Amino acid sequence: MCLGVPGKIVDVYEKGGLKMAKVDFGGIFREACLDYVPEAQVGEYCVIHVGFAISILSESEAMETLDLLRQIGSIEEELGPGTAA
Amino acid sequence: MSEETVNMEGAVCAPPLPHHEQIVMGHGAGGRMSHQLIRKTFLPAFQNPVLQTGDDAGLVESALRQKLSISTDAHVVSPLFFPGGDIGKLAVCGTVNDVSMLGAKPLYLTAGFILEEGLQMDVLQRVIDSMKQAAQEAGVQIVAGDTKVVQRGKADGMYITTAGVGIVREGVNVSGANARPGDVVILSGTIGDHGIAVLGARGELGFQSNIQSDVAPLNHLIEAMLDASPNIHVLRDPTRGGLATTLNEISSQSGVEIVLNEEAIPVNPEVSAACEMLGFDPLYIANEGKLVCLVPGEDAEKVLSAMKKTRYGEGAVMIGEVSTGTKVRVLLRTAIGSTRLVDMLAGEMLPRIC
Amino acid sequence: MKYITEYRDAALIKGVIEEIRRTVTRPWTLMEICGGQTHAIVRHGIDQLLPPEIELVHGPGCPVCVTPLELIDKALAIASRPDVIFCSYGDMLRVPGTGRDLFSVKAQGGDVRVVYSPLDAVTLAQQNPDKQVVFFAIGFETTAPPNVMSVLQAQRLGLKNFSILVSHVRVPPAVHAILSSPQNRVQGFLLAGHVCAVMGYWEYPPLVEKFNIPMVVTGFEPLDIVQGILTTTQLLEAGRAEVSNAYQRAVTFDGLKPAQDAINKVFMECDRKWRGIGMIPMSGWCLRPEFDEFNAEKRFEVESIRAEESPLCIAGQILQGLKKPLHCPAFGGQCTPENPLGATMVSSEGACAAYYRYGRVETKQGVRS
Repeated sequence: MCLGVPGKIVDVYEKGGLKMAKVDFGGIFREACLDYVPEAQVGEYCVIHVGFAISILSESEAMETLDLLRQIGSIEEELGPGTAA
Repeated sequence: MSEETVNMEGAVCAPPLPHHEQIVMGHGAGGRMSHQLIRKTFLPAFQNPVLQTGDDAGLVESALRQKLSISTDAHVVSPLFFPGGDIGKLAVCGTVNDVSMLGAKPLYLTAGFILEEGLQMDVLQRVIDSMKQAAQEAGVQIVAGDTKVVQRGKADGMYITTAGVGIVREGVNVSGANARPGDVVILSGTIGDHGIAVLGARGELGFQSNIQSDVAPLNHLIEAMLDASPNIHVLRDPTRGGLATTLNEISSQSGVEIVLNEEAIPVNPEVSAACEMLGFDPLYIANEGKLVCLVPGEDAEKVLSAMKKTRYGEGAVMIGEVSTGTKVRVLLRTAIGSTRLVDMLAGEMLPRIC
Repeated sequence: MKYITEYRDAALIKGVIEEIRRTVTRPWTLMEICGGQTHAIVRHGIDQLLPPEIELVHGPGCPVCVTPLELIDKALAIASRPDVIFCSYGDMLRVPGTGRDLFSVKAQGGDVRVVYSPLDAVTLAQQNPDKQVVFFAIGFETTAPPNVMSVLQAQRLGLKNFSILVSHVRVPPAVHAILSSPQNRVQGFLLAGHVCAVMGYWEYPPLVEKFNIPMVVTGFEPLDIVQGILTTTQLLEAGRAEVSNAYQRAVTFDGLKPAQDAINKVFMECDRKWRGIGMIPMSGWCLRPEFDEFNAEKRFEVESIRAEESPLCIAGQILQGLKKPLHCPAFGGQCTPENPLGATMVSSEGACAAYYRYGRVETKQGVRS
């Protein structure tokens, strides 16, 4: 139920009454429906599942998380691995 | 709440049906189902030691003690024309490659055509011209042929079957059964291009890409490789079923354990993107212009270097080795340091939602 | 690829795994309930790298696998009709019904088509007005908004030849059922990230409160998964039963309102059988009566089909008896019970669809409704 892949919106248009987008998955393009994320804009990244955007990816949240995880990684470097209680 | 208490540590998935009663699409996918069909239906009838070896070509010895490599292929691709190639080029290259994989110089091909009523003549002409070009590049001659026409609605436009024969080079012994511990596994370039190019061209899954099929004749590359080292143990092209299936076949034929490095396996970023989107693994997707080579460790650098200087081998890399392990299987060392099993493709490859 | 490559960074992943190692002081059993996460874990060998104190158990997270046998048989009956074009997600084709599967139906002449998106099925209905187009609408909550849109779109276009065969399952009732079992060993949950992208995670605090178990919304890339495991471990070690979000870039507490509205408009909760498990009340979604014209079960009179799980089906054989470690069925019915690496068939092609078994299922007295 979970194969959702990030893709970048490169074009937005209407088709059959639905808000649709052309999505770039990294050189591969496919159409996806934006009706569930109507505020999504060109240039934003969404999680696409079976041809539908189910989430707008937040760059700021992503950056925060990666920074946090990098810090965890660097603590390990300082302390050395395997220093379990 | 239900009176029956459910105690689960995971549900049980019913295993798929074996399909013994009729042919289904999975039998043609090049994976486990295809192998079982051959083992249970074809081999018992056509018993002989040449066929039993299980290589993509048959190695026979003529009355003059000359070793010949003979192979046959059927081509049923749809659409007939796809980015990077067409059914004609596929037909010629497919058989040229199969014959060459026993270390042979391919010489002669035959071509049988099954044409659908209503096929446009200029389509046929384009296919034939493409075959001529491919044959010229490979340096082979098409010396016999046949044509049949079937009613409209059959043959998807056209089917082509080819057979090819070549002379095995002196002093080489190349077979899927020859892999040995210490052999290095070399891959000639990126995987997954052909399969994704054809899938895109079919249009059923609705994606667009610039991916081109890699279909190409590899006999000159193989010559350069054998010039560098006549000790090459195995050569094979990972067609239907992909690299994973091919390496499983070799592992099984030779009775060895093969270990791959995930990070070393080259995949075009666009092919990668398509696989992510559909839930495919590039290891299982067909290639029509690539080969794997298993060569003793001491000769690996020489062979790799020769490949990189030859057309269709520019992207060659070492991707793994035959270990001293005793289990007959293919393993993958992942980028994060774990090891997992790489199995053969089972039936048809299907896009997933899970 | 953006949002993928960063989350497969080996150094970052190893750093998080080391932190898990530093954090853990005693054994913990964690369950994930998502086919996509199971696939990712086995594909990247994540369970191998975790400290031995962490045991990962795989829940019934694949909607393809848990679709009840009756529904597969109904699908096969409908797909066999000459007037029907039967559309399905790819991984469903392989799932066995009673004696046959969609591949068999296709081989016998049934028009069975794989679609990537439910909207493709609607397009087929528009293009083939003389045929009945039926879409096999399976999934968890993630797939419900797309499946529901096919009905809304068909309605908008005034299509008379489109219907869906529904088999939806919901995660919260499954979590409830698992945690209610007297033999439950699960101490922490990794929640399916994309289910939560749609539904939010407001449904879980009551469960956390009732069962006193931490639940962490987790993504699908290896870094996301180890991050989810780290957060869960930290909560367990600190004795904190709460819901936490470890997939913040994609998931919010409320989820996607337009999607939830669409689901509520078209679907209603109903009882659902889970294959290999049995009935979990109110764990499914069905079409509301006002959408009867799009309900394939009503249109094709297959309501009366009842199915018996075949005696050869391995699910039936191992439902009674003891728990077993990870099993891997080889294709063709051979069993390969030992596999030190965990899952032979986590291959690319539909790993979660009828290709592997993880864990076991027991029901009290072997009774299933």
